Amino acid sequence: MNNLLKGILGFGVVGVCLFFVGTMQSWTLAFTIINLCLISAVMALGVNIQWGYAGLFNVGIAGFTALGGLAAMLVSTPPVVGAWQAGGVQLGISFLALLAVIAAMIVMRKLIPAGKLRSLFTVLIIVGGFFFIRYFYAPAVESIESFDSARSGFLGGLGAPILFSWIVGGFFAAGAAWLIGKISLGLRSDYLAIATLGISEIIIAIMKNEDWLSRGVKNVSGLPRPVPYEIELQKEGWFIERVSAFYESSLPLEEAARSDALQQKLVEASSLFVKLCYTGLFLAVLVLLLWLAHRAQKAPWGRMMRAIRDNEDAANAMGKNVTRRHLQVFVVGSAVVGIAGAMLTTLEGQLTPSTYNPLRYTFLIWAMVIIGGSGNNMGSVLGAFIVWFGWIQAEPLGQWAIDYSTAWMGDSHALRAHMLENASHMRLVIMGIILLMVMRFSPRGLLPENNRE
Amino acid sequence: MSTDTMNALVLIANFILVPGITYGSQLALGALGITLVYAVLRFSNFAHGDTMAYGCMFTILATWWLQSIGVSLGPLPTALLAIPFGIAMTAILVIVFDKLVYKHYREQKSSPIVFVIASVGVMFVTNGLVRFIIGPNDQQFSDGMRFLVRARDFKKATGLDEGLTIKLTQGLTVGIAIIAMLSLFYFLQRTRTGKAMRAYSDNEDLALLSGIDPKKVVLVTWLLVAALTTLAGVLYGLDKSFKPFTYFQLLLPMFAAAIVGGVGKPLGAILGGFIVAFSEILLTYAYKKLIGYIAGERPDGLVQLLSTDYKFAVSFMILVVVLLWRPTGILRGKSI
Amino acid sequence: MSLLVGESMVGGYGKTTILHNCTIQVDRGEIAVIVGPNGAGKSTAMKALFGMLDLSEGAVTLDGENITSLSPQERVTKGMGFVPQTNNVFVSMSVEENLQMGAFTRDDDFQDTIDQVYELFPILGEKRKQAAGELSGGQRQQVAVGRALMTKPTVLMLDEPTAGVSPIVMDELFDRIMEVRNTGIAVLMVEQNARQALEIADTGYVLVTGENKYTDTGAALLADAEVRKTFLGG
Repeated sequence: MNNLLKGILGFGVVGVCLFFVGTMQSWTLAFTIINLCLISAVMALGVNIQWGYAGLFNVGIAGFTALGGLAAMLVSTPPVVGAWQAGGVQLGISFLALLAVIAAMIVMRKLIPAGKLRSLFTVLIIVGGFFFIRYFYAPAVESIESFDSARSGFLGGLGAPILFSWIVGGFFAAGAAWLIGKISLGLRSDYLAIATLGISEIIIAIMKNEDWLSRGVKNVSGLPRPVPYEIELQKEGWFIERVSAFYESSLPLEEAARSDALQQKLVEASSLFVKLCYTGLFLAVLVLLLWLAHRAQKAPWGRMMRAIRDNEDAANAMGKNVTRRHLQVFVVGSAVVGIAGAMLTTLEGQLTPSTYNPLRYTFLIWAMVIIGGSGNNMGSVLGAFIVWFGWIQAEPLGQWAIDYSTAWMGDSHALRAHMLENASHMRLVIMGIILLMVMRFSPRGLLPENNRE
Repeated sequence: MSTDTMNALVLIANFILVPGITYGSQLALGALGITLVYAVLRFSNFAHGDTMAYGCMFTILATWWLQSIGVSLGPLPTALLAIPFGIAMTAILVIVFDKLVYKHYREQKSSPIVFVIASVGVMFVTNGLVRFIIGPNDQQFSDGMRFLVRARDFKKATGLDEGLTIKLTQGLTVGIAIIAMLSLFYFLQRTRTGKAMRAYSDNEDLALLSGIDPKKVVLVTWLLVAALTTLAGVLYGLDKSFKPFTYFQLLLPMFAAAIVGGVGKPLGAILGGFIVAFSEILLTYAYKKLIGYIAGERPDGLVQLLSTDYKFAVSFMILVVVLLWRPTGILRGKSI
Repeated sequence: MSLLVGESMVGGYGKTTILHNCTIQVDRGEIAVIVGPNGAGKSTAMKALFGMLDLSEGAVTLDGENITSLSPQERVTKGMGFVPQTNNVFVSMSVEENLQMGAFTRDDDFQDTIDQVYELFPILGEKRKQAAGELSGGQRQQVAVGRALMTKPTVLMLDEPTAGVSPIVMDELFDRIMEVRNTGIAVLMVEQNARQALEIADTGYVLVTGENKYTDTGAALLADAEVRKTFLGG
């Protein structure tokens, strides 16, 4: 069976499953799942660019996603003027102090030749610089965080349209990736994995603890949306007209009952309409990125990347700077993950730093890439749909399976209660086993890379 | 010596030395396991932290059972009796995973990164099992005597303002870690099997040529890893508390320890464990009181370099410094 | 019949055939040297004798027994010792531990064999506690040979033992190899330094494109004008 057929079949099966969810559960739920599938697909695409094109293993997906989320918040929330007045100047000074320290370091390293003296001065500048910056930074943070701390206590953002943040999120993630790549690429292949794990934990720790920046665990909710709000939609004339026209035949004729029924339909329809708007936006991003990725893969750049991946030594011998190419691809892939992170926060409408669980984000995305087919972009998208759908539906299914299979124990049985309580953790086990099985028995995934030359 | 100096020394001992040595021993045991996998199987084992949690979990379950039938070690924690059971269960787990997962890639001579991804898969299965069996929450399983040295008694005996507290679990951690490390080194340096392991790690082809059985070397390695991880997991759990996610987070400091010391070098793992532990504590300790004793006047702030929320950042910084400055680590480990 | 015989060997890696009808023999107390130009299949011939590649035709016999289908490890237990060209010591382990690892398959007390190796290579006895990786190139080669001798082989095979060592060290190594021969062991080696090797060889094999071109005593080959001109640079 060729890839096209397999792809159509795969997406067809997912489509049918989603159709069943739509008709048997609700269409709102179906589109909630689809939206998250689309975001996951963008993330999986980013990871596939790194792994499939270049064989780079990124264990910090959660961190890059979180950076995208931070970007969404920083771009869209209106600035908190009071907080800026309270500590903005001082924060600016501490930023200037940081620049001064960096400048001092550069000048010092130019003036003093490598050796013991240089190491000594490096340490001195780092230690001294640390205290110098903190002298301005600590009071700035304190005054910002104490400004109306119940409702804000942070600087806010730019107050710009949130869609703009999808690009900014990409740049944020790209910046972090560049730093990590600079340090760990070109060394042992697993050092990159460890370094990404580290930077991801640090990014999340910063977002949880630097309240002046992200409000930490107090979250930032009510981010402005790129799509209409349900409440307003329900009052729009054209929307009411469309909905009543659509449901004309099923609405009761009696006036009061009719108005009630219409109101209920309006609530449902508005929620679905909002979901559909998001679906459209996400789909546009995904298609655009897929097209770009496809172009890149067919271009000489893509051929070179594959050449490097398949035989690093030969590529090295041909004078290709492998580490540099790896850095490029690592930055690009992480940027795509950052875009997806911004999209996710946009969809959720709030920034909740404590939800960036590395086990869930990083691992699930990896499962999508490996199961879908390493190196094949459409495979990653298919993997994202299948894995996310499975992940969502496995929870009630697992609950039901355990409930059913332990019913004979009786409701008071401790083991039954314990298993029911922890049933959701079995998802990790099952997903892990599926991943290991695919790696072992079908290492090229559902849709194998078809342009291996 | 003046009272202030004495107080300062006690303060250092109480808040830096004792916790540093304890945490360092725990990290060192963990990093030793990572290093053995590096040395013999040649990959970074991302499942290591969760394997620790797994071993600790079975020790906890056995401890609860022992407690329920009234077995106790008197002043010592009952968990000590349950450790062999935890090690046995962990040994079964890692050997099953080796047979089902890693063996295949060894035979295929896959690249190290494939092993790493497989180990991430193993990590998730292990993590899920732990959460399913014991749940994601904190568990306490320490019993017996709590303190070796109590702050109150210490103050009374010395007449100082500062007290010194040494928990029994801290003493046990250090004692057991020393015994475990000495036995490991005896095994590696003196026994035939231990030497075969080193030979295999040093030069696989020549080891095969010399008639060393790679299957046996791999098996023994996993058994050692099971013992080390369970010990590290139980000692950490006794000293602090058991929570599955904390063990996952220990992965970063343990990797840092193994890499700082020199990949594949057992001595390096121990050295690295203490470097990471002391860096973490020295950078997150609030020096306010200490400066007070030394300078005679307490400063206004806490004088804390980094908030404890960022303690994992310390391991990361150490890692970055090593990668930039000497990627093979202090003891010049291998670079594959 | 000689102790170790590789008779009409044909084989190579994967689909490429490197050896075409190549015959090598060596007997007890004798040094046999394989020489030839680059790519002639010298090392391949030795690997074929040691079971590191499969033969499509021909056979290897040791003391009359057909060992063609045995693995390298099994050949070691049959009495063959092999010293690879590179990575032939455990660099992180001491000299003595290297020798112990050489005797890994032995269950009896092998201390006397260690003493014999130290007698043969006195410098190793002096440096027994030192890590092999810290030794000089020539000393490392002695460790490598010593390691292979630990199984008390009847045949010792050396793959370019003098690669990368200075001429003085090379002479010393050849002296040691002659001493090994004098203990009654059959020595077979592949050499780049053909002239010096043939000087100590009882039998010399000149291989060209995987075939025996000349076979004679070392002295006779050195005297042969044709061989001198083509392979020994005049």
